[in-house]
Amino acid sequence: MFSSVDGACDSKTVDCDNFSAGRRGTRTPRSDSRDRLLDHTDGDVPETASEASEVRAVGSQVSSPGEREDVRPGVEIEYPAGRQCHSGQKNGKSERLLIKGGRVVNDDLSQYADVYVEDGLIKQVGDNLEVPDDVRVLEVNGCLVIPGGIDVNTCLMKPHLGCSPVDDFYLGSRAALAGGTTMIIDHVTPQPGDSLLEAFELWQESADRKCCCDYSLHVDLPHWHPGVKDELEVLVQEKGINSFQVYMSYKDSFQMTDSQLYEVFSFLKELGAVVMLHAENGDLIAQEQRKVLSLGITGPEGHPLSHPEELEAEAVFRAITIGNRVNCPVYITKVMSKTAADTITQARRRGSVVFGEPITASLATDGSHYWSKNWAKAAAYVTSPPLSPDPTTPEHLHDLLACGDLQVVGSAHCAYSTSQKAIGKDDFTLIPEGTNGIEERMGFVWDKAVATGKMDANQFVAVTSTNTAKIFNLYPRKGRIAVGSDADIVIWDPDRTKTITSKLQQSALEYNIFEGMVCRGGPVVVVTQGRVVYEEGEGLRVQQGSGRFIPRQAFPDYAYQRITTRSKVKGKQGVSRGMYDGPVYDVLATPKYITPSPSAKTSPTSQQPPPIRNLHQSNFSLSGAQFDDNIPRRSGQRIVAPPGGRSNITNLG
Amino acid sequence: MSGHSYQGKKNIPKITSDRLLVKGGRIVNDDQSFYADIYMEDGVIKQIGDNLIVPGGIKTVEANGKMVIPGGIDIHTHFQMPYRGTTTVDDFSQGSKAALAGGTTMIVDHVIPEPGNSLIEAFEQWRSWADEKTCCDYSLHVDITHWNDSVKQEVDTLLKEKGVNSFQVYMAYKDFYQMSNSELYEIFTFLGEMGGIVQVHAENGEIIAEEQARMLEMGITGPEGHVLSRPEELEAEAVFRAITIASQTNCPLYVTRVMSKSAADIISQARKKGNVVFGEPITASLGTDGTHYWSKNWAKAASFVTSPPLSPDPTTPDYLNTLLASGDLNVTGSAHCTFSVAQKAIGKDDFTQIPEGVNGVEERMSLIWDKAVTTGKMDENMFVAVTSTNAAKILNLYPRKGRVSVGSDADLVIWDSDAVRTITAKTHNSAAEFNVFEGMELRGAPSVVICQGKLVLEDGNLHAIPGVGRFIPCTPFPDFAYKRIKARKQLAVLRAVPRGMYDGPVSDFSPMSRGGTPSASARTSPTKQPVRNLHHSAFSLAGNPAQRGPPTTEDLPIRPAGRRIVVPPGGRSNITSLS
Repeated sequence: MFSSVDGACDSKTVDCDNFSAGRRGTRTPRSDSRDRLLDHTDGDVPETASEASEVRAVGSQVSSPGEREDVRPGVEIEYPAGRQCHSGQKNGKSERLLIKGGRVVNDDLSQYADVYVEDGLIKQVGDNLEVPDDVRVLEVNGCLVIPGGIDVNTCLMKPHLGCSPVDDFYLGSRAALAGGTTMIIDHVTPQPGDSLLEAFELWQESADRKCCCDYSLHVDLPHWHPGVKDELEVLVQEKGINSFQVYMSYKDSFQMTDSQLYEVFSFLKELGAVVMLHAENGDLIAQEQRKVLSLGITGPEGHPLSHPEELEAEAVFRAITIGNRVNCPVYITKVMSKTAADTITQARRRGSVVFGEPITASLATDGSHYWSKNWAKAAAYVTSPPLSPDPTTPEHLHDLLACGDLQVVGSAHCAYSTSQKAIGKDDFTLIPEGTNGIEERMGFVWDKAVATGKMDANQFVAVTSTNTAKIFNLYPRKGRIAVGSDADIVIWDPDRTKTITSKLQQSALEYNIFEGMVCRGGPVVVVTQGRVVYEEGEGLRVQQGSGRFIPRQAFPDYAYQRITTRSKVKGKQGVSRGMYDGPVYDVLATPKYITPSPSAKTSPTSQQPPPIRNLHQSNFSLSGAQFDDNIPRRSGQRIVAPPGGRSNITNLG
Repeated sequence: MSGHSYQGKKNIPKITSDRLLVKGGRIVNDDQSFYADIYMEDGVIKQIGDNLIVPGGIKTVEANGKMVIPGGIDIHTHFQMPYRGTTTVDDFSQGSKAALAGGTTMIVDHVIPEPGNSLIEAFEQWRSWADEKTCCDYSLHVDITHWNDSVKQEVDTLLKEKGVNSFQVYMAYKDFYQMSNSELYEIFTFLGEMGGIVQVHAENGEIIAEEQARMLEMGITGPEGHVLSRPEELEAEAVFRAITIASQTNCPLYVTRVMSKSAADIISQARKKGNVVFGEPITASLGTDGTHYWSKNWAKAASFVTSPPLSPDPTTPDYLNTLLASGDLNVTGSAHCTFSVAQKAIGKDDFTQIPEGVNGVEERMSLIWDKAVTTGKMDENMFVAVTSTNAAKILNLYPRKGRVSVGSDADLVIWDSDAVRTITAKTHNSAAEFNVFEGMELRGAPSVVICQGKLVLEDGNLHAIPGVGRFIPCTPFPDFAYKRIKARKQLAVLRAVPRGMYDGPVSDFSPMSRGGTPSASARTSPTKQPVRNLHHSAFSLAGNPAQRGPPTTEDLPIRPAGRRIVVPPGGRSNITSLS
């Protein structure tokens, strides 16, 4: 698995000077996005020839990850000794990097150590490393060296009524890198009736062309029928997808019934995939929306009013119940409210295998803004489940993240511009749902949890990166600083402060829902695939299309080990007992009102296995005789000793 | 006992001129206990106190210091219930006799119309069965087995004219009785407005159907399959969902048959959060557990089959009794629904076909006394509350029923807390061959039962007369459930935020199935009165997003250029720009 990375990484050689020159005219991310929006057909055409060829090369490789090693170019160019660090990868070679003097923080321990990176992999971790002379040295002066963040929930291509989000894979991944996130997992969202495979390929193709960091994909199930099963099998076994989202909300479009959920869970469990749930009760939401609209409430405040957090908690509870029945791990996306989080907590106490994912928005802000007088601002907060109007929610969610009851942090970054949000200006149910957060994610967890003493730095690494890697089977390639892992590294400065504003963000959105908030902690250097892509003060140096699709194997241990064991020990067994041979009331199967005729038929006894001692059997014994001990059915009793062994029938043993 | 000759006359307030004096008893109500004599006449308690002045020559019952409690109300029975062409073996006469023998002087039976049939016709059918045979006063719940506008009309009639204030809906029995969430929402909304009590049979029918199919596939066909396919989680899930819907619709909720710890926990958590929800454990869940489903004796195992099933966790009864004592669960029923072994054997090859139901109408009072009061969990006042008073309050029959006070119906029980009896199918009053409490020794039993002012149980002899039971109409909006609901209704008014219409550009979009063609127009909305909204945030965005960076071609239509500020009649409001 690791070897394939080398080739893919080496192949991404590009002349950076040319690259940046080509981008000069389109510095501001905003205008860049406009170009893109304006011209969908050729807006993504790379600006320079070198990049264009590069993109093509990458695209061809990523479509078949297994073949990557073969196309390894094998170029080995020695760096001139004493090369200037800041000029970066002038020769188009992935850098050899030595990160010196940092405190390496993994989810389990922190240690002072140097990290040596070559070919996009971490080659050495320790003190006094023996490294070549020509490496670039990053002196980090005691800053934290952490595994790059993994944003487990992004929607960079999710269509809504024909609109695409303004942040596509390029802008979205740029924003991710600027915030210290070096890998994203995006949701493939086919519409009901679409082919999952086609949608997956569409997403993958687009991401291969545009994404600047490694990525993987979740696939959402918009419908359920037997044909989907075949597609799921292909996705899991051949395409490297091990997580699928189902919806309990969006009545009459994405929503699944409990029976369908049961089937989906059962099927995905067999495949070893993780079931992700959008947990809200869609039936009730539809009712509430009707009610709220009938009251004349059409603005964004109608959104939280018709999506009360109880409905989120209810759906979470139901999802966990079904998960328990099927014995399948359950992953709740977008935990937005205290009650939903508490429901997850309680289920974990009872031993359920359930994971909860709060998002940047639910961790940093609240739903009071839906009542803003400014329509555009209120609409910017619209997402489902909605932000809770309870202002103590973020704190509570951070507490649960810190203690491990919630495990991962996503951003659910799904950026719709104000004019797109305005589709719902007369009817809140039409407002496209989604908030920003991909860039702010790491910062706010640090600011709200680590800087306040709720959480230590190790847990920070766990919730922003390691746990995601574990749940989705990317660990230890991602989510850890260790020899052999991908060189996705963030140098984190706990003391840096930054004021969030849409003027300085990478996203193309006009509104940033965290506008004006001050955030302590942030990345000073971001390294992805062994290359420095972000340096404080220097900005981003990314390469469109350099992100690789990271396939994921089924049956992640973190989610499935317990499940597998439980499947083995929890086999159900019938009680071996003789056939009932007393009288049976005659009924016809379906029609309800039929004249009964009590007959005393003897049932044919079938072969019985030898009576096994059943541990479920009660040791409680009735001390008295039963009413039927004394006849009438005795007369007709016929004791049959079946070949397999003697069995007792209606009388007590 | 001359009064007994008046058999067959119903609904006449003065059935007899029985006069009765209970002397020397300790009256126990749900709020206090005190020593006093009780004089009753014409089925009503006329005087309570010491040294009462009563007519001479009346029959006097010496209580000898024993407790005199209001007769029990069994809020959940299924007597004479039709099931696939057969009926339960205890009809209204047999069942109410058993009730009286156990100290219960009123029963509330469930009317179960077949899906598609008229609710009112079914109600009249049950009335005629019960009027003919019942030996004690009764009332009826009506189950809503399907939902449409005509059913709505019938429910309205039942509530307003027929004296029914409680309706049961099912979350289980897929493709049969089961209601969808949307239907539940509509029913809850409707009953919440009309003052009815929603009772739910809380189990997730869809998952049960899946689990049943799985069990049968695995070759498990015996009664243990019943409990394996209906794990208590599914009960808890449905309770949780029902509470959520009730809370959304602001409607009081009554959960019938609380059978498991997890379901009971959900109820008590919801009560702590302020939801108006009542839980009803039944005799079986308070007295026994589900380990018997694994009995080698098919007939015995089948006799425990009921839905939701008894929990295999043997600590369940203790736990439920504790919650009953603490007030988290409020009322007790028996869900008495007895089938003979031959009837149960309909499902001998397939547990899903076993008719569901257990006995318990006779054992209910004694069992709670034995498990809760003698163990010190509960005091005698609470005992009265959970066996009688709370039920009367929910049915809006209090204080006519559920209390020993002047003017109340003369339904009294002299309770002998020292009596010990062993439950067995040989001596019980039900017609069932099995008793799920077989062999239990229960302390506490009625020594005298007075129903409608007449002695029906004395010296161990039962003198129940079929047909004397009256239908007691229940009225809507019981205070016990609705006072809080009404207050909340006034508070929970949703208001829109008065703001100007958004007047910026609107993206083109392809409407899916949701609405008509959108028009990117800048219409002004009719604004409401600007009410100060407490939800409104004080948070303000610093900086104007319109000013970030030089405007590109795309920016122009978005902001200032196309801006048109409209001042609506209701007041000034800022629109897309930040103030």
